[in-house]
Amino acid sequence: MLSYNTQKKLLIFSFLAIPLALLITFSFYPAVKLIYYSFTSWDGLSNNYPWVGLSNYKSIFTNPGLFGAFGHNFSYLVCGIIQNIIALYFAIILNSKIKAKNFFRSVLFTPYILNAVAIVFIFKFIYLDTGALNLLLQHMGLGSLQQDWIGNDSIVNWSLAFVSMWEYFGFNMVIYLAALQSVPQEMYEAAKIDGANKWKTLIYITIPNIKGIIQINLLLTISGALEAFNIPFIMTNASPPTATFLTNTMNVAFTFGNYGLASAMAVVLLVLVGVVIFIQQKLLGGGRDVV
Amino acid sequence: MNDKWKNAIWAILKYGSLIIGSLIVVFPMWIALINSLKSNQAFNNTGILQVPKHLDWSNYITAWNAGGLGSAFLNTAFIIILSVAGNIILGTMVAYVLGRFQFRLKKIIMAGYLVVMFIPTITTQVAIFGVIHTLGLFDTPYALVLLYLGTDVVQIYIYMQFINRIPVSLDESAMLDGASYFRIYRSIIFPLMLPASATVTILKVIAIYGDLYSPYLYMPSTNLGVVSTALLRFEGPFSAQWNLILAASIIIAIPMVLLYLFLQRFIFAGIVNGSVKE
Repeated sequence: MLSYNTQKKLLIFSFLAIPLALLITFSFYPAVKLIYYSFTSWDGLSNNYPWVGLSNYKSIFTNPGLFGAFGHNFSYLVCGIIQNIIALYFAIILNSKIKAKNFFRSVLFTPYILNAVAIVFIFKFIYLDTGALNLLLQHMGLGSLQQDWIGNDSIVNWSLAFVSMWEYFGFNMVIYLAALQSVPQEMYEAAKIDGANKWKTLIYITIPNIKGIIQINLLLTISGALEAFNIPFIMTNASPPTATFLTNTMNVAFTFGNYGLASAMAVVLLVLVGVVIFIQQKLLGGGRDVV
Repeated sequence: MNDKWKNAIWAILKYGSLIIGSLIVVFPMWIALINSLKSNQAFNNTGILQVPKHLDWSNYITAWNAGGLGSAFLNTAFIIILSVAGNIILGTMVAYVLGRFQFRLKKIIMAGYLVVMFIPTITTQVAIFGVIHTLGLFDTPYALVLLYLGTDVVQIYIYMQFINRIPVSLDESAMLDGASYFRIYRSIIFPLMLPASATVTILKVIAIYGDLYSPYLYMPSTNLGVVSTALLRFEGPFSAQWNLILAASIIIAIPMVLLYLFLQRFIFAGIVNGSVKE
Protein backbone atom coordinates (compact mmCIF):
# COMPACT_ATOMS: atom_id res chain seq x y z
CA MET A 1 0.00 0.00 0.00
CA LEU A 2 1.09 3.56 -0.69
CA SER A 3 2.31 5.65 2.20
CA TYR A 4 -0.31 7.95 3.74
CA ASN A 5 1.65 10.95 2.54
CA THR A 6 1.52 9.87 -1.12
CA GLN A 7 -2.10 8.83 -0.67
CA LYS A 8 -2.94 12.24 0.69
CA LYS A 9 -1.52 14.02 -2.36
CA LEU A 10 -3.22 11.59 -4.72
CA LEU A 11 -6.55 11.85 -2.95
CA ILE A 12 -6.56 15.66 -2.76
CA PHE A 13 -5.77 15.84 -6.46
CA SER A 14 -8.27 13.23 -7.62
CA PHE A 15 -11.12 14.33 -5.35
CA LEU A 16 -10.81 17.98 -6.29
CA ALA A 17 -10.07 17.62 -10.01
CA ILE A 18 -13.65 17.31 -11.28
CA PRO A 19 -15.30 19.77 -8.85
CA LEU A 20 -12.67 22.41 -9.57
CA ALA A 21 -12.88 21.78 -13.31
CA LEU A 22 -16.64 22.41 -13.11
CA LEU A 23 -16.14 25.51 -10.97
CA ILE A 24 -13.64 26.97 -13.42
CA THR A 25 -15.51 25.99 -16.60
CA PHE A 26 -18.95 27.20 -15.56
CA SER A 27 -18.18 30.06 -13.19
CA PHE A 28 -14.75 31.65 -13.52
CA TYR A 29 -14.06 31.13 -17.21
CA PRO A 30 -17.47 32.58 -18.25
CA ALA A 31 -16.93 35.56 -15.94
CA VAL A 32 -13.55 36.29 -17.55
CA LYS A 33 -14.96 35.74 -21.05
CA LEU A 34 -17.76 38.13 -20.23
CA ILE A 35 -15.26 40.92 -19.52
CA TYR A 36 -13.54 40.25 -22.84
CA TYR A 37 -16.82 40.16 -24.84
CA SER A 38 -17.87 43.44 -23.24
CA PHE A 39 -15.17 45.28 -25.22
CA THR A 40 -16.30 43.76 -28.53
CA SER A 41 -19.38 43.88 -30.73
CA TRP A 42 -19.61 40.07 -31.00
CA ASP A 43 -22.93 38.88 -32.47
CA GLY A 44 -22.94 35.55 -30.63
CA LEU A 45 -22.41 33.41 -33.72
CA SER A 46 -19.46 34.48 -35.84
CA ASN A 47 -15.82 33.94 -35.10
CA ASN A 48 -15.00 37.66 -35.23
CA TYR A 49 -14.84 39.63 -32.10
CA PRO A 50 -14.51 43.23 -33.38
CA TRP A 51 -12.86 45.33 -30.69
CA VAL A 52 -14.96 48.40 -29.84
CA GLY A 53 -13.27 49.65 -26.68
CA LEU A 54 -15.55 51.27 -24.15
CA SER A 55 -18.42 52.05 -26.50
CA ASN A 56 -20.69 49.33 -25.04
CA TYR A 57 -20.26 50.82 -21.60
CA LYS A 58 -21.00 54.27 -22.99
CA SER A 59 -24.30 53.06 -24.47
CA ILE A 60 -25.39 51.58 -21.14
CA PHE A 61 -25.05 54.88 -19.35
CA THR A 62 -26.33 57.09 -22.17
CA ASN A 63 -29.31 54.98 -23.24
CA PRO A 64 -31.98 55.56 -20.57
CA GLY A 65 -33.87 52.45 -21.67
CA LEU A 66 -30.97 50.30 -20.48
CA PHE A 67 -29.70 51.76 -17.23
CA GLY A 68 -33.11 53.23 -16.39
CA ALA A 69 -34.49 49.73 -15.95
CA PHE A 70 -32.87 49.77 -12.51
CA GLY A 71 -35.79 52.01 -11.54
CA HIS A 72 -37.99 48.92 -11.85
CA ASN A 73 -35.59 46.96 -9.66
CA PHE A 74 -36.26 49.50 -6.91
CA SER A 75 -39.62 47.96 -5.97
CA TYR A 76 -37.93 44.57 -5.59
CA LEU A 77 -35.40 46.16 -3.28
CA VAL A 78 -38.03 47.78 -1.04
CA CYS A 79 -40.12 44.59 -0.94
CA GLY A 80 -36.95 42.59 -0.24
CA ILE A 81 -36.19 44.67 2.83
CA ILE A 82 -39.80 44.38 4.06
CA GLN A 83 -39.55 40.65 3.38
CA ASN A 84 -36.57 40.39 5.74
CA ILE A 85 -38.33 42.34 8.47
CA ILE A 86 -41.41 40.11 8.22
CA ALA A 87 -39.24 36.99 8.13
CA LEU A 88 -37.34 38.05 11.23
CA TYR A 89 -40.58 38.95 13.01
CA PHE A 90 -42.12 35.54 12.35
CA ALA A 91 -38.87 33.78 13.26
CA ILE A 92 -38.83 35.54 16.64
CA ILE A 93 -42.48 34.59 17.26
CA LEU A 94 -41.89 30.99 16.25
CA ASN A 95 -38.84 30.84 18.50
CA SER A 96 -40.94 31.79 21.55
CA LYS A 97 -43.24 29.48 23.49
CA ILE A 98 -46.10 28.94 21.12
CA LYS A 99 -48.64 26.29 20.15
CA ALA A 100 -48.70 24.67 16.71
CA LYS A 101 -45.17 25.99 16.05
CA ASN A 102 -44.34 23.31 13.46
CA PHE A 103 -47.65 23.78 11.69
CA PHE A 104 -47.14 27.53 11.20
CA ARG A 105 -43.50 27.06 10.20
CA SER A 106 -44.47 24.49 7.57
CA VAL A 107 -47.26 26.63 6.14
CA LEU A 108 -45.17 29.80 5.93
CA PHE A 109 -42.30 27.94 4.24
CA THR A 110 -44.53 26.30 1.60
CA PRO A 111 -44.30 28.99 -1.14
CA TYR A 112 -40.53 28.44 -1.35
CA ILE A 113 -40.95 24.83 -2.53
CA LEU A 114 -43.50 25.59 -5.27
CA ASN A 115 -42.44 25.79 -8.89
CA ALA A 116 -41.71 29.40 -9.86
CA VAL A 117 -43.72 29.24 -13.10
CA ALA A 118 -46.75 27.83 -11.25
CA ILE A 119 -46.55 30.61 -8.65
CA VAL A 120 -46.41 33.34 -11.28
CA PHE A 121 -49.36 31.86 -13.22
CA ILE A 122 -51.45 31.68 -10.06
CA PHE A 123 -50.71 35.30 -9.20
CA LYS A 124 -51.39 36.40 -12.76
CA PHE A 125 -54.85 34.89 -12.35
CA ILE A 126 -55.38 36.54 -8.98
CA TYR A 127 -54.26 39.94 -10.28
CA LEU A 128 -56.74 39.92 -13.20
CA ASP A 129 -59.01 42.94 -13.47
CA THR A 130 -61.97 40.78 -12.46
CA GLY A 131 -59.73 38.50 -10.42
CA ALA A 132 -59.74 37.12 -6.90
CA LEU A 133 -57.85 39.99 -5.29
CA ASN A 134 -60.23 42.71 -6.52
CA LEU A 135 -63.25 40.56 -5.64
CA LEU A 136 -61.89 39.93 -2.17
CA LEU A 137 -61.33 43.66 -1.63
CA GLN A 138 -64.89 44.32 -2.72
CA HIS A 139 -66.26 41.68 -0.31
CA MET A 140 -64.25 43.20 2.51
CA GLY A 141 -65.76 46.61 1.81
CA LEU A 142 -62.45 47.91 0.48
CA GLY A 143 -63.71 48.35 -3.07
CA SER A 144 -61.94 51.69 -3.37
CA LEU A 145 -58.60 49.87 -3.24
CA GLN A 146 -59.34 47.83 -6.37
CA GLN A 147 -56.65 48.21 -9.02
CA ASP A 148 -55.62 46.98 -12.40
CA TRP A 149 -52.68 45.27 -10.73
CA ILE A 150 -50.85 44.34 -13.93
CA GLY A 151 -52.22 46.87 -16.43
CA ASN A 152 -51.44 49.99 -14.42
CA ASP A 153 -47.83 50.91 -15.19
CA SER A 154 -47.29 52.78 -11.95
CA ILE A 155 -48.09 49.83 -9.69
CA VAL A 156 -47.25 46.78 -11.79
CA ASN A 157 -43.69 46.49 -10.45
CA TRP A 158 -44.99 46.50 -6.89
CA SER A 159 -47.47 43.74 -7.79
CA LEU A 160 -44.59 41.72 -9.23
CA ALA A 161 -42.25 42.42 -6.32
CA PHE A 162 -44.96 41.25 -3.91
CA VAL A 163 -44.91 37.83 -5.63
CA SER A 164 -41.19 37.62 -4.96
CA MET A 165 -41.79 38.53 -1.32
CA TRP A 166 -44.52 35.89 -1.03
CA GLU A 167 -42.27 33.26 -2.56
CA TYR A 168 -39.10 33.84 -0.54
CA PHE A 169 -39.94 35.21 2.92
CA GLY A 170 -40.43 31.69 4.31
CA PHE A 171 -36.90 30.77 3.33
CA ASN A 172 -35.44 33.82 5.09
CA MET A 173 -37.61 32.99 8.09
CA VAL A 174 -36.22 29.46 8.39
CA ILE A 175 -32.66 30.77 8.19
CA TYR A 176 -33.39 33.35 10.91
CA LEU A 177 -35.09 30.70 13.01
CA ALA A 178 -32.03 28.48 12.75
CA ALA A 179 -29.81 31.36 13.84
CA LEU A 180 -32.10 32.21 16.77
CA GLN A 181 -31.97 28.63 17.98
CA SER A 182 -28.20 28.83 18.19
CA VAL A 183 -28.25 31.81 20.60
CA PRO A 184 -27.09 30.37 23.96
CA GLN A 185 -30.05 29.91 26.31
CA GLU A 186 -28.00 31.05 29.33
CA MET A 187 -27.87 34.58 27.96
CA TYR A 188 -31.66 34.82 28.08
CA GLU A 189 -31.73 33.43 31.60
CA ALA A 190 -29.12 35.93 32.74
CA ALA A 191 -31.13 38.78 31.17
CA LYS A 192 -34.26 37.58 32.94
CA ILE A 193 -32.46 37.61 36.30
CA ASP A 194 -31.33 41.17 35.59
CA GLY A 195 -34.98 42.08 35.03
CA ALA A 196 -34.79 42.85 31.30
CA ASN A 197 -38.16 42.93 29.53
CA LYS A 198 -38.93 41.27 26.21
CA TRP A 199 -38.12 44.37 24.13
CA LYS A 200 -34.76 44.94 25.83
CA THR A 201 -33.89 41.26 25.46
CA LEU A 202 -34.60 41.53 21.76
CA ILE A 203 -32.49 44.66 21.24
CA TYR A 204 -29.54 43.77 23.46
CA ILE A 205 -29.30 39.99 23.16
CA THR A 206 -31.20 38.54 20.20
CA ILE A 207 -30.32 41.03 17.46
CA PRO A 208 -26.58 41.34 18.26
CA ASN A 209 -26.30 37.54 18.38
CA ILE A 210 -27.73 37.05 14.91
CA LYS A 211 -26.22 40.18 13.33
CA GLY A 212 -24.08 38.12 10.96
CA ILE A 213 -27.00 36.18 9.55
CA ILE A 214 -29.09 39.36 9.16
CA GLN A 215 -26.27 40.78 7.06
CA ILE A 216 -26.00 37.70 4.87
CA ASN A 217 -29.76 37.66 4.32
CA LEU A 218 -29.80 41.37 3.47
CA LEU A 219 -26.87 40.92 1.11
CA LEU A 220 -28.66 38.12 -0.72
CA THR A 221 -31.83 40.23 -0.79
CA ILE A 222 -30.13 43.28 -2.27
CA SER A 223 -28.23 41.29 -4.89
CA GLY A 224 -31.45 39.36 -5.56
CA ALA A 225 -33.28 42.65 -6.17
CA LEU A 226 -30.61 43.87 -8.57
CA GLU A 227 -30.90 40.54 -10.36
CA ALA A 228 -34.73 40.30 -10.47
CA PHE A 229 -35.58 38.27 -13.54
CA ASN A 230 -37.96 35.31 -13.25
CA ILE A 231 -41.15 37.07 -12.24
CA PRO A 232 -41.26 39.82 -14.92
CA PHE A 233 -40.01 37.30 -17.50
CA ILE A 234 -42.93 34.92 -16.86
CA MET A 235 -45.68 37.29 -15.75
CA THR A 236 -45.46 40.08 -18.34
CA ASN A 237 -42.89 38.73 -20.76
CA ALA A 238 -40.67 41.54 -19.42
CA SER A 239 -42.74 44.22 -21.18
CA PRO A 240 -41.13 47.70 -21.14
CA PRO A 241 -42.89 48.95 -17.97
CA THR A 242 -41.71 45.85 -16.08
CA ALA A 243 -38.33 45.19 -17.70
CA THR A 244 -35.55 44.89 -15.13
CA PHE A 245 -31.88 45.39 -15.86
CA LEU A 246 -31.36 41.65 -16.15
CA THR A 247 -34.34 40.95 -18.43
CA ASN A 248 -32.99 43.75 -20.65
CA THR A 249 -29.56 42.14 -20.63
CA MET A 250 -30.89 38.77 -21.74
CA ASN A 251 -33.09 40.43 -24.33
CA VAL A 252 -30.16 42.35 -25.80
CA ALA A 253 -28.19 39.10 -26.06
CA PHE A 254 -30.65 36.45 -27.12
CA THR A 255 -33.26 38.51 -28.99
CA PHE A 256 -31.12 41.20 -30.60
CA GLY A 257 -27.91 39.18 -30.85
CA ASN A 258 -25.86 42.01 -29.40
CA TYR A 259 -23.68 39.87 -27.14
CA GLY A 260 -21.03 42.54 -26.70
CA LEU A 261 -23.46 45.05 -25.20
CA ALA A 262 -25.17 42.33 -23.13
CA SER A 263 -21.81 41.27 -21.71
CA ALA A 264 -21.02 44.87 -20.77
CA MET A 265 -24.39 45.05 -18.99
CA ALA A 266 -23.64 41.83 -17.13
CA VAL A 267 -20.27 43.23 -16.07
CA VAL A 268 -21.95 46.41 -14.80
CA LEU A 269 -24.31 44.25 -12.76
CA LEU A 270 -21.43 42.21 -11.34
CA VAL A 271 -19.60 45.39 -10.36
CA LEU A 272 -22.74 46.77 -8.69
CA VAL A 273 -23.17 43.59 -6.66
CA GLY A 274 -19.50 43.86 -5.70
CA VAL A 275 -19.99 47.48 -4.62
CA VAL A 276 -22.98 46.51 -2.47
CA ILE A 277 -20.93 43.82 -0.73
CA PHE A 278 -18.05 46.24 -0.21
CA ILE A 279 -20.27 48.99 1.24
CA GLN A 280 -22.00 46.53 3.52
CA GLN A 281 -18.67 45.22 4.81
CA LYS A 282 -17.38 48.75 5.42
CA LEU A 283 -20.56 50.07 7.01
CA LEU A 284 -21.49 47.16 9.19
CA GLY A 285 -18.24 45.25 9.43
CA GLY A 286 -17.98 41.61 10.44
CA GLY A 287 -20.25 38.96 9.01
CA ARG A 288 -17.35 37.41 7.14
CA ASP A 289 -16.99 34.55 9.58
CA VAL A 290 -20.54 33.43 8.94
CA VAL A 291 -20.07 31.62 5.67
CA MET B 1 -51.13 47.59 32.92
CA ASN B 2 -50.47 44.36 34.77
CA ASP B 3 -48.64 41.33 33.45
CA LYS B 4 -51.78 39.35 32.79
CA TRP B 5 -53.08 41.93 30.33
CA LYS B 6 -49.68 42.31 28.71
CA ASN B 7 -49.42 38.58 28.12
CA ALA B 8 -52.92 38.43 26.68
CA ILE B 9 -52.21 41.25 24.21
CA TRP B 10 -48.88 39.70 23.24
CA ALA B 11 -50.63 36.36 22.63
CA ILE B 12 -53.30 37.96 20.43
CA LEU B 13 -50.61 39.77 18.46
CA LYS B 14 -48.56 36.58 18.04
CA TYR B 15 -51.32 34.23 16.99
CA GLY B 16 -53.12 36.95 15.05
CA SER B 17 -50.13 37.73 12.87
CA LEU B 18 -49.34 34.04 12.36
CA ILE B 19 -52.90 33.40 11.22
CA ILE B 20 -52.94 36.42 8.91
CA GLY B 21 -49.55 35.40 7.47
CA SER B 22 -50.77 31.85 6.90
CA LEU B 23 -53.96 33.10 5.22
CA ILE B 24 -51.94 35.26 2.83
CA VAL B 25 -49.81 32.21 2.00
CA VAL B 26 -52.76 29.87 1.56
CA PHE B 27 -55.17 32.23 -0.27
CA PRO B 28 -53.53 32.08 -3.74
CA MET B 29 -53.16 28.29 -3.54
CA TRP B 30 -56.79 27.90 -2.44
CA ILE B 31 -58.05 30.12 -5.29
CA ALA B 32 -55.98 28.11 -7.78
CA LEU B 33 -57.31 24.82 -6.41
CA ILE B 34 -61.02 25.66 -6.45
CA ASN B 35 -60.91 27.22 -9.91
CA SER B 36 -58.94 24.35 -11.40
CA LEU B 37 -61.81 22.04 -10.38
CA LYS B 38 -64.48 23.93 -12.34
CA SER B 39 -65.73 22.85 -15.75
CA ASN B 40 -65.65 25.57 -18.44
CA GLN B 41 -69.30 26.29 -17.85
CA ALA B 42 -68.97 26.43 -14.07
CA PHE B 43 -65.88 28.60 -14.42
CA ASN B 44 -67.81 31.14 -16.47
CA ASN B 45 -70.90 31.09 -14.28
CA THR B 46 -69.59 30.98 -10.72
CA GLY B 47 -67.66 33.61 -8.84
CA ILE B 48 -63.90 33.20 -8.59
CA LEU B 49 -64.07 33.00 -4.80
CA GLN B 50 -66.82 30.36 -4.85
CA VAL B 51 -66.21 26.65 -4.37
CA PRO B 52 -67.59 24.60 -7.31
CA LYS B 53 -70.71 22.53 -6.63
CA HIS B 54 -69.32 19.55 -8.54
CA LEU B 55 -65.64 18.75 -8.59
CA ASP B 56 -64.66 18.45 -12.23
CA TRP B 57 -61.34 16.72 -12.85
CA SER B 58 -61.40 17.04 -16.63
CA ASN B 59 -59.02 20.03 -16.63
CA TYR B 60 -56.39 17.85 -15.01
CA ILE B 61 -56.75 15.19 -17.68
CA THR B 62 -56.73 17.73 -20.52
CA ALA B 63 -53.73 19.57 -19.07
CA TRP B 64 -51.81 16.32 -18.60
CA ASN B 65 -52.40 15.20 -22.18
CA ALA B 66 -52.29 18.48 -24.08
CA GLY B 67 -49.31 19.83 -22.16
CA GLY B 68 -47.21 16.69 -22.52
CA LEU B 69 -46.74 16.69 -18.76
CA GLY B 70 -45.98 12.96 -18.66
CA SER B 71 -42.81 13.32 -20.71
CA ALA B 72 -41.97 16.56 -18.91
CA PHE B 73 -41.95 14.67 -15.60
CA LEU B 74 -39.80 11.91 -17.07
CA ASN B 75 -37.30 14.41 -18.49
CA THR B 76 -37.17 16.28 -15.20
CA ALA B 77 -36.71 13.07 -13.21
CA PHE B 78 -33.89 11.93 -15.50
CA ILE B 79 -32.04 15.22 -15.09
CA ILE B 80 -32.62 15.36 -11.33
CA ILE B 81 -31.47 11.78 -10.67
CA LEU B 82 -28.26 12.11 -12.69
CA SER B 83 -27.28 15.54 -11.43
CA VAL B 84 -28.20 15.04 -7.77
CA ALA B 85 -26.38 11.67 -7.59
CA GLY B 86 -23.26 13.22 -9.10
CA ASN B 87 -23.65 16.32 -6.98
CA ILE B 88 -23.76 14.31 -3.72
CA ILE B 89 -20.67 12.32 -4.65
CA LEU B 90 -18.68 15.39 -5.68
CA GLY B 91 -19.94 17.46 -2.72
CA THR B 92 -18.95 14.85 -0.13
CA MET B 93 -15.56 14.42 -1.81
CA VAL B 94 -14.87 18.16 -1.63
CA ALA B 95 -16.06 18.26 1.99
CA TYR B 96 -13.83 15.29 2.91
CA VAL B 97 -10.74 16.90 1.41
CA LEU B 98 -11.45 20.39 2.81
CA GLY B 99 -12.62 19.10 6.18
CA ARG B 100 -9.90 16.55 6.92
CA PHE B 101 -6.68 17.68 5.23
CA GLN B 102 -4.40 20.68 5.48
CA PHE B 103 -2.76 21.80 2.25
CA ARG B 104 -1.74 24.87 0.33
CA LEU B 105 -4.52 26.36 -1.83
CA LYS B 106 -7.19 25.22 0.65
CA LYS B 107 -8.08 28.79 1.62
CA ILE B 108 -8.05 29.89 -2.01
CA ILE B 109 -10.43 27.10 -3.01
CA MET B 110 -12.86 27.97 -0.21
CA ALA B 111 -12.69 31.66 -1.18
CA GLY B 112 -13.30 30.67 -4.80
CA TYR B 113 -16.56 28.94 -3.93
CA LEU B 114 -17.61 31.93 -1.82
CA VAL B 115 -16.92 34.49 -4.56
CA VAL B 116 -18.91 32.46 -7.08
CA MET B 117 -22.01 32.68 -4.89
CA PHE B 118 -22.26 36.38 -5.71
CA ILE B 119 -21.86 36.03 -9.48
CA PRO B 120 -25.44 36.07 -10.76
CA THR B 121 -25.67 32.87 -12.79
CA ILE B 122 -28.07 34.32 -15.32
CA THR B 123 -25.63 37.03 -16.39
CA THR B 124 -22.86 34.60 -17.26
CA GLN B 125 -25.20 32.53 -19.47
CA VAL B 126 -23.97 34.56 -22.45
CA ALA B 127 -20.54 33.01 -21.99
CA ILE B 128 -21.69 29.61 -20.68
CA PHE B 129 -23.77 29.28 -23.83
CA GLY B 130 -20.51 29.21 -25.79
CA VAL B 131 -19.03 26.51 -23.55
CA ILE B 132 -22.11 24.29 -23.95
CA HIS B 133 -21.99 24.74 -27.73
CA THR B 134 -18.29 23.86 -27.87
CA LEU B 135 -18.93 20.69 -25.85
CA GLY B 136 -21.66 19.75 -28.34
CA LEU B 137 -24.26 19.47 -25.60
CA PHE B 138 -26.72 22.11 -26.81
CA ASP B 139 -30.32 20.84 -26.81
CA THR B 140 -29.50 17.71 -24.82
CA PRO B 141 -30.40 17.00 -21.19
CA TYR B 142 -26.69 16.54 -20.44
CA ALA B 143 -26.16 20.30 -20.77
CA LEU B 144 -28.36 20.76 -17.71
CA VAL B 145 -26.85 17.81 -15.84
CA LEU B 146 -23.42 19.35 -16.27
CA LEU B 147 -24.62 22.76 -15.09
CA TYR B 148 -26.31 21.32 -12.00
CA LEU B 149 -23.50 18.89 -11.15
CA GLY B 150 -21.10 21.36 -9.54
CA THR B 151 -21.19 21.87 -5.82
CA ASP B 152 -21.74 25.31 -4.28
CA VAL B 153 -20.85 27.15 -1.13
CA VAL B 154 -24.13 26.42 0.68
CA GLN B 155 -23.69 22.67 0.21
CA ILE B 156 -20.04 22.78 1.19
CA TYR B 157 -21.07 24.73 4.26
CA ILE B 158 -23.73 22.21 5.30
CA TYR B 159 -21.31 19.32 4.72
CA MET B 160 -18.39 20.99 6.53
CA GLN B 161 -20.54 21.63 9.62
CA PHE B 162 -21.46 17.98 9.55
CA ILE B 163 -18.02 16.48 8.93
CA ASN B 164 -16.52 18.55 11.74
CA ARG B 165 -18.73 16.67 14.16
CA ILE B 166 -17.65 13.24 12.95
CA PRO B 167 -14.84 12.35 15.40
CA VAL B 168 -11.39 12.20 13.78
CA SER B 169 -10.67 9.23 16.05
CA LEU B 170 -12.88 7.15 13.74
CA ASP B 171 -10.51 7.92 10.84
CA GLU B 172 -7.50 7.19 13.03
CA SER B 173 -8.69 3.81 14.21
CA ALA B 174 -9.46 2.85 10.61
CA MET B 175 -5.92 3.87 9.69
CA LEU B 176 -4.55 1.61 12.44
CA ASP B 177 -6.44 -1.21 10.74
CA GLY B 178 -4.68 -0.26 7.53
CA ALA B 179 -7.56 1.40 5.70
CA SER B 180 -6.62 3.75 2.88
CA TYR B 181 -7.91 7.32 2.78
CA PHE B 182 -10.24 6.36 -0.04
CA ARG B 183 -11.56 3.48 2.03
CA ILE B 184 -12.14 5.87 4.95
CA TYR B 185 -14.13 8.16 2.67
CA ARG B 186 -16.16 5.32 1.20
CA SER B 187 -16.86 3.31 4.34
CA ILE B 188 -16.93 5.93 7.10
CA ILE B 189 -17.34 9.50 5.90
CA PHE B 190 -19.81 9.01 3.05
CA PRO B 191 -22.27 6.81 5.02
CA LEU B 192 -22.09 9.01 8.12
CA MET B 193 -22.84 12.10 6.06
CA LEU B 194 -26.09 10.69 4.68
CA PRO B 195 -28.34 12.92 6.84
CA ALA B 196 -26.53 15.99 5.51
CA SER B 197 -26.81 14.54 2.01
CA ALA B 198 -30.58 14.27 2.53
CA THR B 199 -30.77 18.01 3.22
CA VAL B 200 -28.54 18.82 0.26
CA THR B 201 -30.64 16.55 -1.96
CA ILE B 202 -33.92 18.23 -1.05
CA LEU B 203 -32.57 21.76 -1.51
CA LYS B 204 -31.01 20.76 -4.83
CA VAL B 205 -34.18 19.05 -6.05
CA ILE B 206 -36.25 22.14 -5.20
CA ALA B 207 -33.76 24.34 -7.07
CA ILE B 208 -33.58 22.14 -10.19
CA TYR B 209 -37.33 21.55 -10.27
CA GLY B 210 -38.02 25.28 -10.08
CA ASP B 211 -35.33 26.36 -12.55
CA LEU B 212 -36.80 27.85 -15.69
CA TYR B 213 -34.04 29.70 -17.41
CA SER B 214 -31.46 26.94 -17.96
CA PRO B 215 -33.91 24.50 -19.61
CA TYR B 216 -35.49 27.38 -21.55
CA LEU B 217 -32.10 28.36 -22.93
CA TYR B 218 -30.30 25.04 -23.38
CA MET B 219 -33.11 22.62 -24.30
CA PRO B 220 -35.47 24.47 -26.64
CA SER B 221 -36.89 21.33 -28.29
CA THR B 222 -40.47 20.66 -27.23
CA ASN B 223 -39.90 16.93 -26.68
CA LEU B 224 -37.15 17.75 -24.18
CA GLY B 225 -39.41 19.96 -22.09
CA VAL B 226 -39.03 19.80 -18.31
CA VAL B 227 -41.84 20.73 -15.92
CA SER B 228 -41.04 24.47 -15.91
CA THR B 229 -40.83 24.86 -19.68
CA ALA B 230 -43.84 22.58 -20.28
CA LEU B 231 -45.90 24.75 -17.94
CA LEU B 232 -44.63 27.94 -19.56
CA ARG B 233 -45.87 26.67 -22.94
CA PHE B 234 -49.46 26.74 -21.67
CA GLU B 235 -49.43 30.51 -21.93
CA GLY B 236 -49.83 30.86 -25.69
CA PRO B 237 -52.40 28.29 -26.82
CA PHE B 238 -54.45 28.19 -23.61
CA SER B 239 -54.07 31.79 -22.49
CA ALA B 240 -57.82 32.32 -21.99
CA GLN B 241 -58.46 28.96 -20.30
CA TRP B 242 -57.51 29.78 -16.77
CA ASN B 243 -59.08 26.67 -15.23
CA LEU B 244 -56.77 24.57 -17.42
CA ILE B 245 -53.64 26.62 -16.67
CA LEU B 246 -54.36 26.44 -12.94
CA ALA B 247 -54.84 22.66 -13.14
CA ALA B 248 -51.48 22.35 -14.89
CA SER B 249 -49.86 24.58 -12.25
CA ILE B 250 -51.23 22.38 -9.48
CA ILE B 251 -50.10 19.17 -11.18
CA ILE B 252 -46.59 20.66 -11.37
CA ALA B 253 -46.72 21.72 -7.71
CA ILE B 254 -47.85 18.34 -6.30
CA PRO B 255 -44.56 16.37 -6.38
CA MET B 256 -42.69 19.05 -4.41
CA VAL B 257 -45.53 19.35 -1.89
CA LEU B 258 -45.40 15.58 -1.31
CA LEU B 259 -41.60 15.62 -1.02
CA TYR B 260 -41.91 18.49 1.43
CA LEU B 261 -44.59 16.79 3.54
CA PHE B 262 -42.58 13.62 3.97
CA LEU B 263 -39.04 14.99 4.17
CA GLN B 264 -39.40 18.42 5.74
CA ARG B 265 -37.63 17.38 8.93
CA PHE B 266 -34.46 16.97 6.85
CA ILE B 267 -34.79 20.51 5.45
CA PHE B 268 -35.25 22.13 8.82
CA ALA B 269 -32.79 19.91 10.71
CA GLY B 270 -30.14 20.38 8.03
CA ILE B 271 -30.48 24.14 7.98
CA VAL B 272 -30.40 24.32 11.78
CA ASN B 273 -27.29 22.14 12.01
CA GLY B 274 -25.61 24.06 9.25
CA SER B 275 -26.48 27.40 10.75
CA VAL B 276 -24.26 29.96 12.37
CA LYS B 277 -22.55 29.44 15.64
CA GLU B 278 -20.88 32.78 16.21
